[in-house]
Amino acid sequence: MSIRVQAEVFDPGAETNAMHAANVGVGAVVAFVGYVRDFNDGQEVAGMFLEHYPGMTEKALAKIVVEAQQRWPLLKVEVLHRIGALDPGEPIVFVGVASAHRQAAFDACNFIMDYLKTRAPFWKKEQTGNGPRWVEGKQSDEDAAGRW
Amino acid sequence: MSINVVYFARYREALGRDGEALEGAFATLEQVRQALLARGGKYEVLAEQNLMCARNQDLCKLDEPLVEGDEVAFFPPVTGG
Repeated sequence: MSIRVQAEVFDPGAETNAMHAANVGVGAVVAFVGYVRDFNDGQEVAGMFLEHYPGMTEKALAKIVVEAQQRWPLLKVEVLHRIGALDPGEPIVFVGVASAHRQAAFDACNFIMDYLKTRAPFWKKEQTGNGPRWVEGKQSDEDAAGRW
Repeated sequence: MSINVVYFARYREALGRDGEALEGAFATLEQVRQALLARGGKYEVLAEQNLMCARNQDLCKLDEPLVEGDEVAFFPPVTGG
C-alpha cells in the first residue's frame, strides 16, 4: 500500500505504469484520476485550495485501503492526493489498483473513491469570479458510498 | 479533564481559530459540542445537522466517549477527491 498526500503535481501516466512495475502476476490495473475543472455549480473556477487534517488524512486513507484489501484480492494499491493550491486542469487525486483479474480492480478502485469522497478529511475551496467559496458535500456522494 | 479541539475548513474560518484547549467534564463529543454552542454567536455553526466529527483522528459519532488528553475535531462534510 502506498499513501501519499502532497502539494506537488504528479504524472498520472507514470503512476499508472508503476502499478504494474514488472509484477507479472498483475493481470489488471485500474486507475482513477480526478482533475480540477474550470467550471462548477454554474460558475467559472479560476483555481482551488485543498485543506486537509494532517495526520488524520493519512490514517483515514490507510483505513479505506485496508478495507478494500479485505474485500478484494489486490496486489497493489496506491492513493495519491494533492493539497494546497491547484490550477484548473491539474490532477487532484490518483487511485491505482492492481489485481490478477479486472473485476476486483474495477470494484476496489470504485469503492476507494466513494469512501475517500465521504470519509477522508479534505475540503475544497474554489476561487470564482464572485470570490472564494467552499465546496459543499453532496448527497449523491453519500449515496454512492452507501451502496458498498 | 483537558482535551484539545480542532476545527477545519468553513468552521475554522467561521470561528476565527483552528483549535483550542478545553477544560471540563466531557463524557462525550456531544457534551463538548454543547459547551461550545452555549457560547452562542459564531459557535452556532456547530449546530449544523451534517456536522462531522473525529476523536483522535478517527471519524466517530457525537455519542463517542472521551478520555483525558483526547483530540476532538469538528468539521463540515468532506469534499476531497
